[in-house]
Amino acid sequence: MNPFSYTRPEAVADALNDIGQQPNAKFIGGGTNLIDLMKVNVEHPTHLVDVNHLPLGDITELPDGGLRLGASVTNADTAWHPLVEERYPLLSKTILAGASPQLRNMATNGGNLFQRTRCYYFYDAQMSCNKRQPGSGCPAINGYNRIHAIVGMDKAECQNPNSKTACIATHPSDMCVALAALEAVVRVTGPNGDRSIPMADFHRLPDTDPQRDNTLEPGELVTSIDLPAKGFPKHFTYVKLRDRSSYAFALVSVAVGLEMDDNGTITEARIAMGGVAHKPWRKSEAEQLLIGKPATDETFRAAAESLLDGAVGFGHNTFKIELGKRAIVRALQEAIS
Amino acid sequence: MIGQPISRVDGPAKVTGKAKFAAEFNVPNLTYGVVVTSAIAKGRIVGIDDREALAQPGVRMVMTHKNRPKLARLDLNYKDQDAPAGSPFRPLQDDKIFYSTQPIALVVADTFEMARYAATLVKVAYHEEAHETDLQANLSEAHNPAAGPVNLFKPLPPKPRGNAQQAYMEADKRVSGEFVHQAEHHNPMEMFATTAVYEAPKRGEKPRLTIYDKTQGAPNSQLVVANGLNLPFKNVRVISPFIGGAFGSGLRPQYQLLLASMAALELKQSVRVSLTRDQMFTMGFRPATVQKIALGAQADGTLSSVYHQAIAETSHREDYTETVVNWSGELYKCDNVALDYQLVSLDVYSPQDMRAPGGVTGVSVLEVAMDEMAYEVGMDPLEFRIKNFTSWDQTHDRPYSSKEILACYREGAERFGWARRTPEPRSMRDGNVLVGWGMASGVWMADQIPARAEAVLGVNGKLRVSSATADIGTGTYTIMTQIAAETLGLPIDDVLFRLGDTDMPLAPIQGGSWTAATVGNAVRVVCEDLGKKLLKLAAQMPDSPFKKAKSTDVQFVDSHMRLVGDPSVAISLRDIVALNGGKAVRETSTSIPNMLKQSRYTRYTHSAIFAEVRVDPDLNVVTVSRLVGAVAAGRIINPKTARSQIIGGMVWGLSKALHEESVRDNNVGRFMNHNYAEYHIPVCKDTPDMDVIFVEEHDDVVNPMGIKGLGEIGQVGTPAAIANAIFHATGKRVHDLPITLDKLL
Amino acid sequence: MQTATLPPKTKQTKTDPASAAGLSNANTGLRSFSLNVNGTERTLNLAPWTTLLDALREYMDLTGTKKGCDHGQCGACTVLVNGKRINACLSLAIMHEGNQITTIEGIANQTETGGLHPLQQAFIEHDAFQCGYCTPGQICSAIGMINEGRAKTTDDIKELMSGNLCRCGAYPHIIDAIKTVL
Repeated sequence: MNPFSYTRPEAVADALNDIGQQPNAKFIGGGTNLIDLMKVNVEHPTHLVDVNHLPLGDITELPDGGLRLGASVTNADTAWHPLVEERYPLLSKTILAGASPQLRNMATNGGNLFQRTRCYYFYDAQMSCNKRQPGSGCPAINGYNRIHAIVGMDKAECQNPNSKTACIATHPSDMCVALAALEAVVRVTGPNGDRSIPMADFHRLPDTDPQRDNTLEPGELVTSIDLPAKGFPKHFTYVKLRDRSSYAFALVSVAVGLEMDDNGTITEARIAMGGVAHKPWRKSEAEQLLIGKPATDETFRAAAESLLDGAVGFGHNTFKIELGKRAIVRALQEAIS
Repeated sequence: MIGQPISRVDGPAKVTGKAKFAAEFNVPNLTYGVVVTSAIAKGRIVGIDDREALAQPGVRMVMTHKNRPKLARLDLNYKDQDAPAGSPFRPLQDDKIFYSTQPIALVVADTFEMARYAATLVKVAYHEEAHETDLQANLSEAHNPAAGPVNLFKPLPPKPRGNAQQAYMEADKRVSGEFVHQAEHHNPMEMFATTAVYEAPKRGEKPRLTIYDKTQGAPNSQLVVANGLNLPFKNVRVISPFIGGAFGSGLRPQYQLLLASMAALELKQSVRVSLTRDQMFTMGFRPATVQKIALGAQADGTLSSVYHQAIAETSHREDYTETVVNWSGELYKCDNVALDYQLVSLDVYSPQDMRAPGGVTGVSVLEVAMDEMAYEVGMDPLEFRIKNFTSWDQTHDRPYSSKEILACYREGAERFGWARRTPEPRSMRDGNVLVGWGMASGVWMADQIPARAEAVLGVNGKLRVSSATADIGTGTYTIMTQIAAETLGLPIDDVLFRLGDTDMPLAPIQGGSWTAATVGNAVRVVCEDLGKKLLKLAAQMPDSPFKKAKSTDVQFVDSHMRLVGDPSVAISLRDIVALNGGKAVRETSTSIPNMLKQSRYTRYTHSAIFAEVRVDPDLNVVTVSRLVGAVAAGRIINPKTARSQIIGGMVWGLSKALHEESVRDNNVGRFMNHNYAEYHIPVCKDTPDMDVIFVEEHDDVVNPMGIKGLGEIGQVGTPAAIANAIFHATGKRVHDLPITLDKLL
Repeated sequence: MQTATLPPKTKQTKTDPASAAGLSNANTGLRSFSLNVNGTERTLNLAPWTTLLDALREYMDLTGTKKGCDHGQCGACTVLVNGKRINACLSLAIMHEGNQITTIEGIANQTETGGLHPLQQAFIEHDAFQCGYCTPGQICSAIGMINEGRAKTTDDIKELMSGNLCRCGAYPHIIDAIKTVL
């Protein structure tokens, strides 16, 4: 961990000022991922701006029936907030499926959006990695890739052994998978004012610049995550498959929210996947296949095939294609019951 | 006292945080060393640029092969008590890189924080050579292992008996298969650390080091530091009162010991070197193996042929061996047996004993094959094992000193409810969930070797006993206290047992499940000898009623020595010490195994493990819901700590069955999942309902106290029991461990 | 038991004039701040890149809090901050100015008699550890879990204690011990 300076502003304006003072300054919330990455010599901020004392620590109701999750509220306080448990049980369940109680007590909602990939090569500073050191190569593609992506990468680049942009990293967050399914909106402020970014646009695919995880601009600060009114409190689930029963990252995970009419027909559907792509993975075509359909295994399998259409494996992770489809079917089965 | 479930005597220290581990001895003017490791797997260091690191405030030194203090040259100087045949690794020896992540520099600074940062600034240039780290791609390079002194305790395969090949061809039923086990790392919770406290030399002498080390044998660390750095033994004191788990990783000194010692000598200042979790993957490990097994049986279930071959990885420096296949010729009666064990040398660090080394590797294969054969011959897996039971070790042509495995089968099956099992795979369900029941046998050695102990009865009537052994969580402190208290008839609170200090009488490294027997007998002997001294003192009293008493005429109970013939004739131990001129009474003794008696028997511990799994039929998520372990381990000194040992072993077995693997990327020659997030061991939620049974077993051959040891036996049979249960649940045989959900797709 | 009789280490540190200005010189940037640990306010002079875990172990001689991975992957460093359990290894000491920090050394002191906390006693009675290295973290974590009030069943305990690895495999006894005080 390199030396850095540290400030602890109490106003958002001061935080934006502090972050603008040095080119390699970063915000720190819970620190659960940033300090980890600093210790393994992957992140090297020269200045840290502690956001925990900014007035972003509340969960408040929005006029449209939604809920505003302050950026510095912890994951634990969010998951166990009465309004979240009541209206967005999918989010509660998903947060509680991630990390450990200790980490959830530290990690903030804003910080969760910035979790970086768990790719073994990204995490090992002695290895090449196009995400960490653009242009250095991706040893995961022909190496050990059990936890890696099956969709959303540039397949042609991944077949090019000398590719300087190929990346098959996955986004590791559980919470973000639920936020994607709930169509949450990330509110940010920065040198150019405030803006709102839908979850679908917040994280990115690797494209030609895998070093960029998200669409945030330099100096911007997440102030809240807004949940729309529709929370799917009746028909929802989060299925997380991993190599042990708790405290492990997802091999594949599925967040599902459904609305159904009295006849058991699906009227609205959201399916988001974790562990399969560089960002939480959603496809409206897959969800459309469920609308107006009876809730049967055939319908579910069709949606699963659609969501993972074109998926490719790289050896160790090839099992994720079939496992992912089965997990989608299981999640939909659980959500309707 | 012996046989009582008393709570750990070191419990209060451990639950309050007062128990101090190697990195926790804070001394004045301590400096901190952080290790820099090699980015390549094979080649040479051609340049190290340490200028930026040295420019940081508080950085004292960047120690490399170029500026380290003088090291002894001969391999012999680095031979620790568990060294296999070959040339032991020593850090910073020269410019050669033998394996990826090899330690190549130590950055020492005034603070840990600065040393950690400066370590990232050291730039290393390499001349890289092609490396080979893939066991499965190099099986054709396998060779017969070179043997060393450690093979006395880890025997290589015996010669074949009968004709296994012919018997296999003639068998009514045959099973065969290939099994791949991945490498595993010990990963004790406490990371390896050494605090080397420097003491300036007196005129004309060499400096002294007091070293707090994480080790399974303080004398073993002393051996390597004194020999490797050319210091007199008396100038090197190693202290290791608590060890945060080790599981074999502390049987050999790890490289931070020499690094910290070298840096302390060079800087003439105290140095602490703690490894990081990822550096816990830069040392010894359980080697990956590729095993082949073929069993033949008659239609009635009589085992007629056993062939078992294991090929394991080792380094180019040493032929690390473990006993993998021998068990297959011993556990059951079979007249035709052929066993083979070979090594493939790779560009890796030497493997190292890891809990039940070899045993859990080989028995996990034998016991899955036995399950397959039970299905072939149409017998219940438990009945099939009972049918092939033997009390005669055909390999060594001698009886077992005791082998109550039939009682393990019987009592374990009853506790588990085995009789309610329906044999057909996929025949048991709980709702939609597939339920499987499996079982396996386990076996491990019951060795005893020489050890020394000291006993001191103080003027306050309290007893202090010590031996330079270790307690890696096994309960040594507690059971030695019990043995001493029982032998001299004292309450537990009046006995203090100490360990882990080279100033104490010599004991061997703590491993192989031999400590309870080895040190336990030493403690008993020294207490008996002290008792004889006390009798002598008491006999010298004027008009002593003990004047004519022989040692067999007295007994020690209730803090008194009493005549056996008339217990009312008694003297308190405190009063006896008072006869010693105000001085404590002390005795040091050695316990030596009766090798003549022992050599006529095979001395093993046995177990039967029963497992219940639940498998999601679509997602293949496996949950172990119940484990029952029945163990025949001779005399149990403390049922409470004994149960913990067995439960811990079974959790290890569960881990090997389902979770653990160190995955090497052979393109870069490195273990890539080198952290606790990606190297999975069970968490609390993975805990099944667990039950432990100790069956009655008496054995006066293994050692005078009849102790067999418990460190490994809980683990040995568990992976196969779980694998067999998974087959019973799903109908799928998975031969490769760990059985992750993708292997069941 | 053998316990350390060596004196606690004192660090010679210089005060950094830049620290008063908030932004300090990166390489010598010691900052003076105080931490409240186990009810005692301690003034420290530390670089901001010192973790809470290292501050406790290396600068305050509170070595009861263990370093098992230093990456938030094992729970051995669990301490209570304002009653909530966190991993001290992934937190900077300087971020905890003004917080009430409780470590294993302060657990016994919370009881009226100053004797062992009932959970510490239960861990001993149920043999809920072997090597003892994960134990302080397990105990602090269990107290944090009890404070959270969410653990009602054995399955809840198993899930909510899964942030604390025990390599010795003492889990069944850890669960038993916690049940006696829940």
